[in-house]
Amino acid sequence: MADASPAPPREGDFPDVQLHVVTGKGGTGKSTVAAGLALALASGGRTVLLCEVEGRQGIAQLFDVPPLPYEERLVAHGTQDTGDVYALAIDAEDALLEYLAMYYRLGRAGKALDRFGVIEFATTIAPGVRDVLLTGKVYEAAKRNRRNKKARVYDALVLDAPPTGRIAQFLNVNNELAGLAKMGPIKAQADTVTTLLRSRRTAVHLVTVLEEMPVQETADGVHELHAAQLPVGGVVVNMVRPQDLDADERQRLLDDIVDRGALTKQLAVAGVDADDALVETLVSEGRDHAQRRNLEDAQREIVHGLGVPTYELPLLPEGVDLGGLYELAEALCRQGLA
Amino acid sequence: MTPASRSRRGARVGPLAAHAGMATALDTDALIDDPDRRIIVCCGAGGVGKTTTSAAIALRAAERGRNVVVLTIDPARRLAQSMGIEALDNTPRPVPGVAESGSLDAMMLDMKRTFDEVVESQASPAKAQQILNNPFYIAVSSSFAGTQEYMAMEKLGQLDKDARKTGRWDLIVVDTPPSRSALDFLDAPERLSSFLDGRFMRLLTAPARGPARMMTAGFGLVTNAVTKIIGAQVLRDMQAFVAAFDTLFGGFRARAQRTFELLQASGTAFLVVAAPEQDAMREAAYFVERLRAERMPLAGLVVNRASPDPGEGLSANAAMAAAEKLRGNGEDAALAAGLLKLHAARKLMVQREVRLRRRFATSHPDVPTAVLPALPTDVHDIQGLRRIGELLAHQD
Repeated sequence: MADASPAPPREGDFPDVQLHVVTGKGGTGKSTVAAGLALALASGGRTVLLCEVEGRQGIAQLFDVPPLPYEERLVAHGTQDTGDVYALAIDAEDALLEYLAMYYRLGRAGKALDRFGVIEFATTIAPGVRDVLLTGKVYEAAKRNRRNKKARVYDALVLDAPPTGRIAQFLNVNNELAGLAKMGPIKAQADTVTTLLRSRRTAVHLVTVLEEMPVQETADGVHELHAAQLPVGGVVVNMVRPQDLDADERQRLLDDIVDRGALTKQLAVAGVDADDALVETLVSEGRDHAQRRNLEDAQREIVHGLGVPTYELPLLPEGVDLGGLYELAEALCRQGLA
Repeated sequence: MTPASRSRRGARVGPLAAHAGMATALDTDALIDDPDRRIIVCCGAGGVGKTTTSAAIALRAAERGRNVVVLTIDPARRLAQSMGIEALDNTPRPVPGVAESGSLDAMMLDMKRTFDEVVESQASPAKAQQILNNPFYIAVSSSFAGTQEYMAMEKLGQLDKDARKTGRWDLIVVDTPPSRSALDFLDAPERLSSFLDGRFMRLLTAPARGPARMMTAGFGLVTNAVTKIIGAQVLRDMQAFVAAFDTLFGGFRARAQRTFELLQASGTAFLVVAAPEQDAMREAAYFVERLRAERMPLAGLVVNRASPDPGEGLSANAAMAAAEKLRGNGEDAALAAGLLKLHAARKLMVQREVRLRRRFATSHPDVPTAVLPALPTDVHDIQGLRRIGELLAHQD
């Protein structure tokens, strides 16, 4: 916004971006990354709004707060207590009613629409309308300014968006409606939203893990976003396995030429009295790990070949709780995503 | 205590033993060998390995003598290639490399084509063409959230009909779309028919049925509002679509109802697929409860990608502490330290996963469960699927 926030936040790789859209294949942890990114942005001193649109209440679970209503709620502070993260679960029906109330002052007709099932129809069945409503609400939050005293102004927004396979379609609201609504207010709304989504103020980040199918989907997603003229931000590689063994050690494990005797001695130095079974367990765990790492490295090459900045987040063996989220946020700050 | 549980408790803790004492083991072979079993539906959250699981089950059933067709939604490219279904032509094709005892056909769902075929089979050629060209139909058939779910069920109905008529298959294995909300595929037929029956649809079709209906209170108000918001042209397209579709409504509703009954039939079995992650397990719990509420026959839970348990030899804390002691001890110690850290991380993951599964088993004690260990490599060929099938079947 022209009327910028008083303390300029620390700059990351995307200083001009106000709207961060986070997508990813199912199971890659896109909601976790979106939450981590929101915390990271807040740690830079920003007031951040984290939105979800799939009705899963994923944010509430991650931040360990009660289910979110259609209302902005404070869920966390940045690491140095500098910024705040607010969260909003966007619901298409509520967004439509709000939109109708805001722009049309429909009054009696609004109620009639609901009674006739039009609201349900528009939000679940009419193709594309749902997506326009969801992105439209995000747009509304992004476009607020200080002149409107009642509304909270956000320095940054993070959208936990639908999965990679659907992201271009979801953001390309304009196109989805094109065959349908050639004019009319919904079309006009879609046009304004599209202007923001295609601008430098937006970046779409893709979350992946280093496995074949998610990486393939990420590559497809990047192409589709480019084709739809939507700005690609970075690729966040999530759940990266520990990097405790070097290439030579991994090769020895794969070739099965590890000196068990020497290993047993070292374990004894460390205070572990290892019998043969334990040594074999450790070696076979190491071998599995080395195999996985080789696959990961091959997939990492492909990710790096996409020509998009990449960021890596570690696998948290104990799962992601609030503490884990701060850990991920810190890693994202360090690597410059936020 | 039953002999089985005693022997499990006494046994050395193997890769899958964390499973023991938590839930009864799912007997996959009994499930697929049962000649009365005609349909197996695999459902679960996105990214948990539903497609691989359904393909592995289908392959195992075929190699145990069944004549199987597997309907996949969105297989990984290499898996699709090795199954011979990378061409999306909406037709089952034989999978190469299957052992001779039974047969395995596979297909990938083409949602739009399935919808088009339904229209073509239900309407006169002229009317069908009119529908297929309608912009509203094109949008609904290619992007309406829920179309994929509905068409997967439609295709299942077709395959079942085909199987009964020709005897070409005696088992259908279905992969389900990664739905936004867990059981969209169950809701889709219902949602479609409630939409077709809805007041709004009647409103839209009213002009086609006679001017008297237009006078009903509220109608003008609503059409004006709708016109204001979405524009007059969309409303006209919608009305044309609804008018053309009107005669097909009954057929659609009847089909949706039949599919629903097919899913409830005793020859059907649902497998809920999950990964040992909080989200996926929560989704699995929701699936289980929902299937029960709908009286759908639930066969069990498959937990994919479990971290193999390295056993009780060394705890995570002890391994971590030992690795710390080796810090800075030079090259020789590095491998030992690295392996200890890996072991600690593995133990922590196993503990977390066991906790998640135990929580599930406590709240759903009667759901037979199979646990599949995470494999160190990706699965994208018949050999890999066969291996998954073996692991699935041998749960002890």
